[in-house]
Amino acid sequence: MEDLFLTIVTFFPLLGAVVLLFVPANQHSTIKGTSLIVAFVTMLFSFWIYNRFDPVASGMQFEVNLPWVQSLGIDYHLGIDGISLLLIVLTTVLTVLCVIAAWHSVTEGVKGFFISMLLLTTGMIGVFVSLDLFLFYVFWEVMLVPMYFLIGVWGGPRRVYAAIKFVLFTMFGSLLMLVALLYVYFEYQAFAGEYTFDLLKIMNMPLAYHPQLWLFGAFALAFAIKVPLFPFHTWLPDAHVQAPTVGSVILAGVLLKMGTYGFLRICMPLFPDATIAYMPYICILAIIAIIYGALVSMVQRDVKSLVAFSSVSHMGFVMLGMFSLNLQGVEGAVLQMINHGISTGALFLIVGMIYERRHTRMIEDFGGLAKVMPVFATFFMIVTLSSIGLPFTNGFVGEFLILLGAFKANTWYGVLASSGVILAACYMLWMYQRVVYGKVTNPKNQNLKDLSARERLVLIPLVVLIFWIGIYPSPFLNRIEPAAKQVLSHVGKASTVQLNESYEIVDVPVLGASSDDAEAALAELEGAGR
Amino acid sequence: MEFQLPEINLQLMAPEIFLFLWALAVMAFDVTTKRKSSSTAGNLALVGLAVTGVIMVFTDQGRGFGNMFFNDSMAVFFKVIFLAAAFMAIGSSFGLTHTRILNHRGEYFGLILLSTVGMMFLASSSELISLYIGLELTTIPLFVLAAFFKDDRKSVEAGIKYLVVGAFSSALLLYGLSFIYGLTGTTDIAQIRSILAHSAVAGFNPAYQESTPIMVMAVLAILGGIGFKLALPPFHQWVPDVYEGAPTPITAFLSVGSKAAGLVAFAKIMIMGLYDLYDPSKAPNDWGILVGVMAAAAMIVGNVLAIRQTNIKRMLAYSSIAHAGYVMVGMLALNSLGLASVGYYMFAYLFTNMGAFAIVALIEDRTGSCEIASYAGLSKTSPFLAISMTIFLLSLTGIPPLAGFFGKFYVFAAAIKMAETGSGLTWIYWLVGVGLVTSVFALYYYANVMRTMYFVETDSPLKVTMSPMAVAVIVIGVVGVVVFGLNPQPIVQFASDMPAALGALLP
Repeated sequence: MEDLFLTIVTFFPLLGAVVLLFVPANQHSTIKGTSLIVAFVTMLFSFWIYNRFDPVASGMQFEVNLPWVQSLGIDYHLGIDGISLLLIVLTTVLTVLCVIAAWHSVTEGVKGFFISMLLLTTGMIGVFVSLDLFLFYVFWEVMLVPMYFLIGVWGGPRRVYAAIKFVLFTMFGSLLMLVALLYVYFEYQAFAGEYTFDLLKIMNMPLAYHPQLWLFGAFALAFAIKVPLFPFHTWLPDAHVQAPTVGSVILAGVLLKMGTYGFLRICMPLFPDATIAYMPYICILAIIAIIYGALVSMVQRDVKSLVAFSSVSHMGFVMLGMFSLNLQGVEGAVLQMINHGISTGALFLIVGMIYERRHTRMIEDFGGLAKVMPVFATFFMIVTLSSIGLPFTNGFVGEFLILLGAFKANTWYGVLASSGVILAACYMLWMYQRVVYGKVTNPKNQNLKDLSARERLVLIPLVVLIFWIGIYPSPFLNRIEPAAKQVLSHVGKASTVQLNESYEIVDVPVLGASSDDAEAALAELEGAGR
Repeated sequence: MEFQLPEINLQLMAPEIFLFLWALAVMAFDVTTKRKSSSTAGNLALVGLAVTGVIMVFTDQGRGFGNMFFNDSMAVFFKVIFLAAAFMAIGSSFGLTHTRILNHRGEYFGLILLSTVGMMFLASSSELISLYIGLELTTIPLFVLAAFFKDDRKSVEAGIKYLVVGAFSSALLLYGLSFIYGLTGTTDIAQIRSILAHSAVAGFNPAYQESTPIMVMAVLAILGGIGFKLALPPFHQWVPDVYEGAPTPITAFLSVGSKAAGLVAFAKIMIMGLYDLYDPSKAPNDWGILVGVMAAAAMIVGNVLAIRQTNIKRMLAYSSIAHAGYVMVGMLALNSLGLASVGYYMFAYLFTNMGAFAIVALIEDRTGSCEIASYAGLSKTSPFLAISMTIFLLSLTGIPPLAGFFGKFYVFAAAIKMAETGSGLTWIYWLVGVGLVTSVFALYYYANVMRTMYFVETDSPLKVTMSPMAVAVIVIGVVGVVVFGLNPQPIVQFASDMPAALGALLP
């Protein structure tokens, strides 16, 4: 039974989408109701998995491994560790909230919209649970299609341009990944005499230094486009601004995480030497993203594009934490992935709520909303503060850990990245002040309705999570830690060898190696980082 | 010298013989009977194809007619593709026989069947003469079919163009084959290979590792001839006009059946016969790199020119040039994956392209237009067609988990394996690189059709009523694309038997 969990949580939304196909297109409430039930049940499944997950065990849990295309060694191999676990829960929770949020805002093509949503959910969860590289690639590409339609059909005025740009960027990256993936596949065949795409097996294959650099580059480009890391971010503002509210929430909340997740799950364990070699460059790009994203956010007049650019900045933090290559950094990065999903997701929802009322998102059109919409203003405040990283909110814990890691890796990284925190406070609070405080100057804002029960229902869970992670993050961190150690132990062993000026890896720790090993490797690595 | 009568094994040829007789019967039926419903001849043709399929199940594999006829697993695999392509082409013709082809219906369907017989014969030939006959039997009915709308200038133009180009390329091919015969003294493909491999002949000396000018000419002429059939640049110019002018089901049949036949001919002559001239150590003297350049050109030309097309048939014509390029990448990978990947690719392409053309035919029947712009709002008026078309286009683009993706993946896998194992084969990486970059272009123009169907608003949306047969073809296509995409194992297994047919030839 246990090994069915992941299959169920992955494919239940797909099943829902298939059921929706047979519902007549004009029965809106049936369609919405069915999607809500499907999303909700999926969420319950993911909670159940969370509950059954053993936080102390290292290695993969709930594994399934069945042959799929036998003659090519492609397996249906699923499994999760703490990192994937949290991302799955994030995905399912956000999906439920998105379905509720879209309840009234989608009026045309209701059926297609909810089918796309559910397909997207399957694709996203699939990426987080796959342990077979081929399967990973399939899920990775699958979610392009519903996202293309979500942006292109239900998006803003320049939606078609944004949709095509999004797909072309992603596709370009993923095709490179496909080649790298095939190269690794044949290398493994030469190494072990067996054709397989199994990530856990390939992880233990030593690769020469130069191929590693190329392969890391190919995978990293695909993931960096998704993150998006500066300078591959140019699709993001278009996609975010043009996407419908729900599309933006999913995009920011989950899709971007697939990029960082790819780095953690594939790039780092598979190409440890290259990880160390690229570390300074990626850290520098991450820092540029942090500062650049923040500066560009500051000059935005549209709230939604402000939030979009702030994503670039926040994802820069995540990348920096990951590539600090120490436990604090990686843990913080993973937690920040969740945090960003929560707070940016909430911000997009909030932007969507005022857009539905006023059909504008320009900061200058607002002002004084605190008087007309006090509940709204409160929620907005909490989410804004969480996005800035105020203590007792989730953002603080994540950013603090990341900065700790960054300082450990290199003092300058920490110093520069910290400036991003200050800038974040500037642009977020300034925007908040202009939208919410002051006098109501625009008469159109006089009679705005405050949040409805449905809208509150959407925001409350997110606010609860914001405070929960902010005040008591250990349940999350406990689950991240073993997984983060696993990743680092792979990289760490490589660095030990590299220090001895030999690029041949003699002994790479197997996933599930003793934790002492990992600790030793970590200590070594931190030494190397300084 | 005692003359020994070769062993004739008619049983091996049973499917071809049956289908040939059936084709004649379909034509005769139409001539001899009085007015009948518009679909009788078509239904008869479908029955014939189905019966041929059943006969094929009971046909043994083996050699017959001396060594001329060799029914091996590769032949069987491709015969399945030919039969299915003919089946789907005929299925999507039922609209035409209601509206535009009011006379000579029997000939229309009979010629499709005859062409199919030619393809099947080609797939089984293991000798140059029978191969050539098969190829001719494939193309000559298609000349007529391309010009079947006698009062439509474009159709007639297509027929003439195809005739001239086809005749020219056949002559070129024959010219090349005659050189090979002159150099080796045999038309048997297996013998040609062993002669080239083991003994010094006039054209090629393995000891010196070099080809004489005559051999080079032979190879060039053959590549030119087959290049026309496969529409590999620089022999591709006829494709858009012919594809645009021909009746849409015939275009579909051309793009799948005729292309697969060309691939079989290529595999037989170049890989089975002239394998030893494909030696990476002799680059650039070997034909591998030449075909590689043609494949790269096909991917670039096809994908780049497709972007500007406003007519969906022309767009699909250019896309078929591009797909020929992809499939040649797999063909060049002479390892255990290579030929199997070609087989799978064509199998996926069969469902995808036949399905897509079935939709094009349906819409052309109703509106008389093949402009992409006329697809605007299709998602509102007939969501079934829009979703099916989207699935086909995504499969053509190569988005998982559809069959087209797995085909592309398989082809690239075979190529990278080849590049990794052989020395001096780094150019294959470039080829794969070209394939990847052009795939992104492909995404753009396929997405453009989806954009038109879903995103473009229109005042006069298309109204399409569907005939049951067309729906059946589209459903077969969708099911094939989805099922074989999700579960490629059976086809991969089936296709993997093919390299075995080449014996110990492949590494």
